[in-house]
Amino acid sequence: MTDPTLVLEAKGITKQFPGVLANDNVNFDLRKGEIHALLGENGAGKTTLMNILYGLYKQDAGEILVNGAAITIHSPRDSINAGVGMVHQHFMLIPVFTIAENIMLGDETTKNGFLDVKAVCKRVEEISKQYGLDVDPTALVGQLPVGVQQRVEIIKTLYRKASILILDEPTAVLTPQEAEDLFRIVHELTERGVSVIFITHKLKEVLSIADRITVMRAGKVVGTTTPAETDEHKLAAMMVGREVILTVDKAEAKPGEEILKVEEMKVNDVRGLQTVRGVSFQVRAGEILGIAGVQGNGQTELVEALTGLRPAAGGKMWFNGKDMTGKTPRLLTETGMAHIPEDRQRHGLVLAYPVADNMVLNTYYQRPFGIHGMMQPAAIDRNARKLIQDFDVRTPSPYVPVSKLSGGNQQKVIVARELSHDIKLLIANQPTRGLDVGSIEYIHREIVLMRDRGIGVVLVSAELDEIMALSDRIAVMYRGQIVTTVAAGTVSREQLGLWMAGAHPGE
Amino acid sequence: MDWKRFLFIALIIVLLFTVVVLVGSAAQKPIVIIASMLATTIAVATPLTLGALSGLYCERAGVVNIGIEGMMLSAAFFGWFGAIYMNTILKLPAMASLLIGLVCALLTGGLMALLHAALSITFKVDQIIGGTVINILAIGITGFLNRQLFFEKGSIFGGNVPHAPGTLPVIHIPIQEAIESVCTSETCFTIARAFGKVFDQRPIVISAILLVIITHFVLFKTRWGLRTRAVGEHPRAADTVGINVIMMRYVNVVIGGMMAGLGGAYFTLESVPSFEPLMTNGRGFIALAAMIFGNWTPFGAWAASLVFGAAQALQINMQVFRDSIPAQWAILQNSYVVGLTPYILTMIILTGVIGKTVSPAADGQPYEK
Amino acid sequence: MQPSKVRTFFRKLLSSALESMLVPLLAVFTAMVIGGVVIALVGGNPFFAFIGLIEGSFGNAKALSETAVWATPYIFAGLAVSVAFKGGLFNIGAEGQLAFGAVTAALIGYALPGWLGIEIPAIIHVLLAVGLGGLAGALWAAIPGALKAFAGGHEVINTIMMNYIALNLTSFLLNSPMKDPDPTNVSARTPLIAEGARLPVLFDGLRVHWGFILALVVAFLVWVFIWKTTLGFEIRTVGANPDAAKYAGINVKRTIVLSMAISGLLAGLAGSVEVTGLNYRHELGFSMGYGFDAIAIALLGKIHPVGVVLASILFASMRNGATRMQFLTQIPVDVISVIQGLILLFVAADVIIRFIYRIKSRGDRVVLTRGWGG
Repeated sequence: MTDPTLVLEAKGITKQFPGVLANDNVNFDLRKGEIHALLGENGAGKTTLMNILYGLYKQDAGEILVNGAAITIHSPRDSINAGVGMVHQHFMLIPVFTIAENIMLGDETTKNGFLDVKAVCKRVEEISKQYGLDVDPTALVGQLPVGVQQRVEIIKTLYRKASILILDEPTAVLTPQEAEDLFRIVHELTERGVSVIFITHKLKEVLSIADRITVMRAGKVVGTTTPAETDEHKLAAMMVGREVILTVDKAEAKPGEEILKVEEMKVNDVRGLQTVRGVSFQVRAGEILGIAGVQGNGQTELVEALTGLRPAAGGKMWFNGKDMTGKTPRLLTETGMAHIPEDRQRHGLVLAYPVADNMVLNTYYQRPFGIHGMMQPAAIDRNARKLIQDFDVRTPSPYVPVSKLSGGNQQKVIVARELSHDIKLLIANQPTRGLDVGSIEYIHREIVLMRDRGIGVVLVSAELDEIMALSDRIAVMYRGQIVTTVAAGTVSREQLGLWMAGAHPGE
Repeated sequence: MDWKRFLFIALIIVLLFTVVVLVGSAAQKPIVIIASMLATTIAVATPLTLGALSGLYCERAGVVNIGIEGMMLSAAFFGWFGAIYMNTILKLPAMASLLIGLVCALLTGGLMALLHAALSITFKVDQIIGGTVINILAIGITGFLNRQLFFEKGSIFGGNVPHAPGTLPVIHIPIQEAIESVCTSETCFTIARAFGKVFDQRPIVISAILLVIITHFVLFKTRWGLRTRAVGEHPRAADTVGINVIMMRYVNVVIGGMMAGLGGAYFTLESVPSFEPLMTNGRGFIALAAMIFGNWTPFGAWAASLVFGAAQALQINMQVFRDSIPAQWAILQNSYVVGLTPYILTMIILTGVIGKTVSPAADGQPYEK
Repeated sequence: MQPSKVRTFFRKLLSSALESMLVPLLAVFTAMVIGGVVIALVGGNPFFAFIGLIEGSFGNAKALSETAVWATPYIFAGLAVSVAFKGGLFNIGAEGQLAFGAVTAALIGYALPGWLGIEIPAIIHVLLAVGLGGLAGALWAAIPGALKAFAGGHEVINTIMMNYIALNLTSFLLNSPMKDPDPTNVSARTPLIAEGARLPVLFDGLRVHWGFILALVVAFLVWVFIWKTTLGFEIRTVGANPDAAKYAGINVKRTIVLSMAISGLLAGLAGSVEVTGLNYRHELGFSMGYGFDAIAIALLGKIHPVGVVLASILFASMRNGATRMQFLTQIPVDVISVIQGLILLFVAADVIIRFIYRIKSRGDRVVLTRGWGG
């Protein structure tokens, strides 16, 4: 007997990837007009399940029913025709196309063989008006803020008359205020009969927006519940499989002398636009300065300038008492700066290299690893074995390509390398992004440990919870400037959220 | 294409023309020289234009094609072979033979491109290596068959290079007559005669220009073009809206190959009625540079091709005016030295002195689901 | 190490060597089979053809010597392309670098004593000719390297353009300023180099010369350089991940120029050794031959010096044996180019080979080149 209100059912979905059982006999259903949250850690199998529903992957076993009828999905085209729309975590938008072009792509309207852009613009404006999704169809997508890009993604699904909407980690890139706006839009949609699957790993969000919550762990569904029946701690335990401490234990900071001072720093991005527009701050030994802010407000460029990867367009920087403006990454490393880069696979590791080589990536030329220009394999081997043990890196051997390691272990390789030599300052940019809870806890402990040893730490993170849990002082960055710097514990989450969205302190 | 780029192109062309006018002014009227340079430039730019269009279709769909040279070379050979075979063995009339040769050239380009597509799209071979494979295979195959078919006693042609059925004829556009009909002075008639020649071009030259215009509309105004560009920019995004990325890439690469095939036909069916090993002489690579400098747009690529065409026209005209070159410019008498111009120009242009160009975002990356 | 450990170590080494050679060997085999079909199609006997190939390349002392003669420039040029690949660069310009090295070696070989007005001791003269030839190649390759590092010009197109520039320049030089003044000479070639500038032959009566030994020594040195030195580590890191290299404090731009220069040095040596060891002059005979063969050899040899040496000997034996093959079967030697093209095809697209012979792939795809970006 099927429930007539079920618009979507996935039964016994199983999907095997080389080495991973991503979905193991997963059951999931969605009622008309509800918001059903799918909660789980990174790698729990949520996105795999949704990609199967959306036709990007083919399941190995299991069936999918839409409005009670079993359907076979070979490609996204089949899902779209069945009324399924998906907003991916990484937007599926083409930056050099206009909004109208992005929306019509795949469902173009033509007149005499040529694209009928006018007709599309008209449709887009109608949808915008109907759902309160304000956009200009002729604007280039690449120049829009992420919040607007997300709206375009939603319009894209509505343009295709979607009645089932999958939102994959939709708040990851939004300010708390933008997220509120998204929640409003989602409610607007459900009121008009659209059913929504809301994928996330954020507990607070789930409790505030979902009608029902399904939790996944390691490819399996752990259980389904409702916000009324559960709370943050119960959800976290379901997600991770054990009790989780949601806060980080740390003692009062004992700040020492000033280790880093930045004055009026300006930095240009790849396209030559000034994304850091005069930033000043200082960091003392033995304290953690958290830099909060929504992604893309200049943090990437700021960190690149601090670590010598990108020239500063203006301003000065003193490190360890010396003017180190515009110095090379090598000199900064030798002076005692450690850097956990934002994109670990692109900057932090050579994926094809074995673990051992990655552990000497920036010290290979120094004794004992390089003597008279010759590599010293014995010393590199000793170093690798010691770090693997000390930092609990799970690898079969020091000579496995680092690409074969899990994300958490890859990050541990970087952390081990950066923290193993004599350092005075640690710059950690998004150090836990995309990691499992166990690795997050480990890296948080290491960062606090470093602080307690008298090392200055700059922590850049888009996760407000991480900033609030670790920082001694918090600087909020918005559009390339530091809006304000406050002592941790003196402001609320909501207040920080407002500053991240551009509100001025004192307003 | 921004105006700075077009201005730069115009400047170089003017510069090259000026050199020829200065050198040749003792022997010929400037207006005649300019007209003749213009006619030569447009004609010799043809394989470059077609090569650039070939690269454009491939790269807009996300496949780097460094095998244009090889595609042109093999098309030049098989086009020529087809024409000769039809004419000599099957005794077809010259014109019919040439047209069948043209079809052979197009098919050859398409087939070579199909191989490139299979390598880079299906087998996910590094695309630059894949293109190099095409180039090396083309040199090997054309070299071998050229010798085997035309220089070995036992072959179908009995070990001789048979008489070729000529080249594709000039299509006369009566511009000269149109100007002359309103002329009253002798200068006017000179101009009419000179510029009339600019418009007397052969079919492949004319189709290249038409294809530039058609490609522009296809790429930017039609559903096919929108999807092609989407596949080259962000194939996953295209996939999520139900576009068949693999199919789009295959078809565009094959279309690109046929463009190169037409460019190859220019060498043996239109420019000269013969084949020589390695006769494409790097045109395919220069075409690629033209496409990059033209910022992956049809008109930009055409304009850049004209620069190289002008450089080549300079070389040709320097030979014509060889004896009137002033003593202090004696170095220009040496065809090897003048012959450096297109290659050095290519290198200068690629340094990005005129700002950076932006390739399609997914150019060169195989699509993996 | 205990004996048993030593044994397992060697067993592992052997099995991994066999495993990494399996696909290239099958690629060669498959290309040969298709080549045989082509030969049969044009009316030749493929078995005679292959007997001819083997006889002509390994049949007797002279054949072996000639194979080594052919292999010498291949080893240098194959190493040149390999070093560039290791540094993330695709050097299609070995041809031009080789030509420039050859012209320079010839010039030093015939003109230097005259310029200096003194007798140069043979050992010094030959070292100068070989070394400066290599250096000329290094400079020639450093230009596209520098353009890549500092001006964003893509090395693939620039090295090809440098080939054509080298072709034009050598044509110019060999036709006018450096032309052999001998009144009977009509071809574009330099005069013969001095006796003292020549690399001696290894055995009397055979053409194989010390350049072959030098090639093997250089192959070993390249292996040490790339895998055992910090500079080699820098080159490999820039090649594998330029962003990470920059992060690790490596001067990426300098390393790019250096990789290209070393690559050009090796290609230049191919040219200068050919002049000083074999031809004793440089003569115009430019084709895309060596440069493209070098790419095939580097890929067939899996960008490893040992593989490059083996692949060079294979290619050399095919080129060398082709004459004997033509004599036996009347199949033009050009068929070798087709077979070599096919070998490259199957090596590059090893997926095809793995598919035909049902061999499982292991490990990640190696990234050799990187589109137009950067």
